[in-house]
Amino acid sequence: MQRLPTFRSPIRGVWFTSVLASVLLVALPIVTITGFISWAAYGPQFGQAMPGDVGWLRIPSFDWPTEPAWLFRLTQGLHVGLGLVMVPIVLAKLWSVIPKLIEMPPVRSVAHLLERISLLALVGGILFEIITGVLNIQYDYIFGFSFYTAHYWGAWVFVAGFVAHVALKLPTMVTALRTRPFLELMRIRVADTVPDADDESGLAATDPAPATISRRGALTLVGGSALFVAVLSVGQTTGGPLRSAAILLPRGRSYGDGPNDFQINRTAQSAGVTDAQTGDEWRLTVTAGGTEVVLTRAQLEQMDLHTVELPISCVEGWSTVQTWTGVPLRDLAALVGVDAVDTGEVRSLEPVGSFNRVTFGGHQMMHPDSLLALKVNGADLSLDHGYPARIMMPAIPGVHATKWIESVEFFEERA
Amino acid sequence: MTTFRARYGAGPMHLAVTACCLALAGAVVLTIGFPALWNTDTWWQSIGLWFVGAAVVHDAILFPLYAVLDRTLVARLGRFVNAVRIPALGAGLSLLLFAPGIFAHGSETYEAATGQTQEPYAMRWLLLVAGMFAASAAFYGGREILRQRRRRNLDVHRARLHATTAGRRDSAGRRR
Repeated sequence: MQRLPTFRSPIRGVWFTSVLASVLLVALPIVTITGFISWAAYGPQFGQAMPGDVGWLRIPSFDWPTEPAWLFRLTQGLHVGLGLVMVPIVLAKLWSVIPKLIEMPPVRSVAHLLERISLLALVGGILFEIITGVLNIQYDYIFGFSFYTAHYWGAWVFVAGFVAHVALKLPTMVTALRTRPFLELMRIRVADTVPDADDESGLAATDPAPATISRRGALTLVGGSALFVAVLSVGQTTGGPLRSAAILLPRGRSYGDGPNDFQINRTAQSAGVTDAQTGDEWRLTVTAGGTEVVLTRAQLEQMDLHTVELPISCVEGWSTVQTWTGVPLRDLAALVGVDAVDTGEVRSLEPVGSFNRVTFGGHQMMHPDSLLALKVNGADLSLDHGYPARIMMPAIPGVHATKWIESVEFFEERA
Repeated sequence: MTTFRARYGAGPMHLAVTACCLALAGAVVLTIGFPALWNTDTWWQSIGLWFVGAAVVHDAILFPLYAVLDRTLVARLGRFVNAVRIPALGAGLSLLLFAPGIFAHGSETYEAATGQTQEPYAMRWLLLVAGMFAASAAFYGGREILRQRRRRNLDVHRARLHATTAGRRDSAGRRR
């Protein structure tokens, strides 16, 4: 028989794996659920969820709330932020169980075979989600396929593997953590670090090398790595002084100090929106049923303007809170004689793109803080931020804060 | 029950759990459809390939690579291994996570989205790595100096202690 490589680290064992597992057991469901919540925030009932056609593999429908205004900022910040922070812990967990990968014989029984297939769903799932997610937040689409489709379905396969793994291994984890005293194991010095003698998990080394790090040291290193990733990424969500700590992420950058100097998502140039379209020729068309009102920007500025602080919270996890001034959408509804709105649709000048028109629920359109924003931080919007007018609404995903608006349509509630 | 266990290799609950897992994963594949998993134009841009590839690349490339590197470090550096291992881990992890910016990959989509370029990332990463190695060198170097000084003091102390006890015996001898 060919000699297999031997795993010699004295800290591998059921206890070490279980400590890491207990962290993932709490964190990964949060990352997964906030991910599915993000799918729901796009508005599946309006055919806007991505991917759209998911059959029964979806969370139940509900009206996406408008309160609190930071809801999507929180859920998506958690999804991306916690997901990133878990990367070193996932890698450490995989390191700790790697002896299982090449155990001999590779298949002992039908049960063993099925479990190994379920582990491909788990490991392939988590790594696939990490890789596609990490590339997406950095705008690197090297994978070529649709991020939304891949990340959504990868998540379901991961869920399949994760739930099965937890069901089969939870007792092992609980026993390992209950029978092995945490503090005692953490107190063992490097020189005295050897595998637990009674560890029969198949993870502990039978021929250990002398320790180069204690269990405490290794766990500190893993936890420290997670903290390191947190420092490098949390600023893209929190903003403020922490933003500049996210030195390697797209949304850790500064745009300057002016009123329009904050994170841009999709420039006017890349959206194909020109100065000519947004200049004096620009008109806003507001419609409802047969009624149509056409407004210039000057006319809009004459209306009662409302100022509110709202975040742009992107699906990529970053966010930025700014102070917006504009016409409440419900004032536009009143202009076309509608007071009970079922849904509304906003359209952008942007000729193509998945987000050049968005449908919102009536509660979103009629929320007092839902604006056709004309100004930000007291200045006119810049072209890249949606001049002449953009949508700002509490709690919506950033891509729905549609820029370069050309029309708003209200659909009346049928009595 | 015993026959089931003998034939299957585990209890019925195990079968129920793995069957559910495979059913859900199978439902995903059926919903998305096999053609969606495989890109006939550009084979390496296939969802199916990336899914399996993610696990294979980790298990067959990333793990062996860092394991061999780590063993080399341990063999070469002995008790100073963590002084290099820890900043190297930080460098590797940040490179792995932020590779697109560091290598300026996907610059077109990056610029379309942000209106900026990826120009600063490579230098920022290099400075971060340099900073981590410098901090580690300062910490472990400082600790080593303290340790040696303490050992030297201990030696001097021991030598003195030895001298005084020897002296006492001496004086006691003289008095007699």
